[in-house]
Amino acid sequence: MNLSPIKTGPGEIRGDHKVVASLVPQGARVLDIGSEDGALLDLLARERQVDGRGIELSQEGVNRCVARGLSVIQGDADTDLSDYPDRAFDVVILSQTLQATREPKRVMSELLRIGKEVIVSIPNFAHWRNRAQLLFRGSMPVTKYLPYEWYDTPNIHFCSLRDFVALCHELDAKVEKAVALSGKGNKIPVNAPWWVWNIVAEQAVFLLKR
Amino acid sequence: MSADKANSAATEDLKASEVETPSSKLVRFSADEALELDSGVRLGPWQIAYETYGELNADKTNAVVVCHALTGDQYAASTNPVTGKPGWWSLMVGPGRPIDTNHYFVICANVLGGCLGTTGPASLNQKTGAPYGLDLPVVTIRDMVRAQARLLDYLEIDTLFAVIGGSMGGMQVLQWAVSYPERVFAAVPIAAAARHTSQNIAFHEVGRQAIMADPDWRAGRYIQEGVRPTKGLAVARMAAHVTYMSDESLHQKFGRNLQDREHLTFGFDADFQIESYLRHQGMTFVDRFDANSYLYVTRAMDYFDLAQEFGGSLANAFKDTRTRFCVMSFTSDWLFPTSESRQVVKALNAAAANVSFVEIESDRGHDSFLLDVPEMFQTIGGFITGAARARGLPAPGEEVETRP
Repeated sequence: MNLSPIKTGPGEIRGDHKVVASLVPQGARVLDIGSEDGALLDLLARERQVDGRGIELSQEGVNRCVARGLSVIQGDADTDLSDYPDRAFDVVILSQTLQATREPKRVMSELLRIGKEVIVSIPNFAHWRNRAQLLFRGSMPVTKYLPYEWYDTPNIHFCSLRDFVALCHELDAKVEKAVALSGKGNKIPVNAPWWVWNIVAEQAVFLLKR
Repeated sequence: MSADKANSAATEDLKASEVETPSSKLVRFSADEALELDSGVRLGPWQIAYETYGELNADKTNAVVVCHALTGDQYAASTNPVTGKPGWWSLMVGPGRPIDTNHYFVICANVLGGCLGTTGPASLNQKTGAPYGLDLPVVTIRDMVRAQARLLDYLEIDTLFAVIGGSMGGMQVLQWAVSYPERVFAAVPIAAAARHTSQNIAFHEVGRQAIMADPDWRAGRYIQEGVRPTKGLAVARMAAHVTYMSDESLHQKFGRNLQDREHLTFGFDADFQIESYLRHQGMTFVDRFDANSYLYVTRAMDYFDLAQEFGGSLANAFKDTRTRFCVMSFTSDWLFPTSESRQVVKALNAAAANVSFVEIESDRGHDSFLLDVPEMFQTIGGFITGAARARGLPAPGEEVETRP
């Protein structure tokens, strides 16, 4: 399922993928959940020489991944993570998918069980544009990067960056690194406290450890 | 003798000669080189018939074993000598095909218990001078794979780049990966399962009972007695054939259409096209297959339960495997449904194995793996290419240096 609103041209590497790749050690064993068409796994295999696996919900996505030589299975983050043994991977990645899971907290604790390190990227529902739409128009935010109406959105569990960090604390996960990104996936080059990021970042990538 | 009967007798002679001296390649093993079977019996002398396509490279790293299904044979990509029809997997195996014989050395052997050249119930029992019939020990999927491994030893091929097959062929693929993990680099089980379910066994039992109920079966000694249980074998095939198709594909192909008639005849002729089709399937099948072989090979599938020798844990069967797997199922396959493939995938994940899994959209049932399903070819082609890269083999589409 491609939940990411970030569109790239052919051969172009997504900004958030670049950030994720920079957090993955060379040669790591990686599980990428929500592999889409395999772009991130492909990037990691090429640039970080990882031993990569993927889970993807859509048949079309899986076929595209396998056809490009990636090891990807058709599966669901909500139900299929329990099949994996503890600490089976050096890094587990969940890109732009957490908000679409039925039980984000359980998914998060599964990620922390399977992976020695966990990389999660999420859209920030508390971005100022969203706040503004809710405040001034009084309607659920629909933006370029969150393009769905409330009734057809696959994103059923939105959170702000602050909410996500709170969940990490609750799960005893340490935030090793956090990178704030614009909607396009570019790094926001500001050295600012959390409450600022929670307003200006349209998405963020977190590196977690337990 | 009518032309039909003469024709049928000629096919029968041809089939009989294929049992001992097949048109394909053949290796004979002496009594000293017996095959140890799961039943505890040592089978020898024995022989294995096989076909090869493409060339083995100098390092012997490009060998691919193709495993055939219940009624398949070694003629995966070449003309079947009995039927004169093109190989059963010509769409998958050949120059420029997903399993590209310009790059890979493909080996396909007739299974143990089969009837086209590998030792089976129609083969001559040297102790009695008559065909084995039911004196052949019951063989298993593991025995079939053992026989193939012996063939590879004979060919001095240590490791396989890939093992691939559908249905019972997929069972052999899984058995290969479990029995000889160090010999299998990549494994592609298609429309398969790690065990035969109760429903699978039930359908096979119907087929076997049909054969054994035929008075011409003669307790398995029909060859000596100069008869053939064609009616029983045809019924077995008809029943099985229904399980290979989906309700949807039967409906699309035949619906309730009548066969060469305007009205129902209020009798038991083949009024419906589907009846006529099934009768045809049954009758053509008996020309190319041995009834006792059908008993043995279906039994081998029934006995298959990969987890059994690992305390019921399939994950333990794949423990520490380094093989790359590509598991594939079809949406409309109700004989080997996706849930069975998922069990395999689940076990492979628990074993932290390298696995891909795709469920292909197809309305053509279990037989989809034999048919023109572009998405299947594309996925397998991609998987094979990726595996070739990992193995350091030149993949199709990449430049190959050819030496004069």
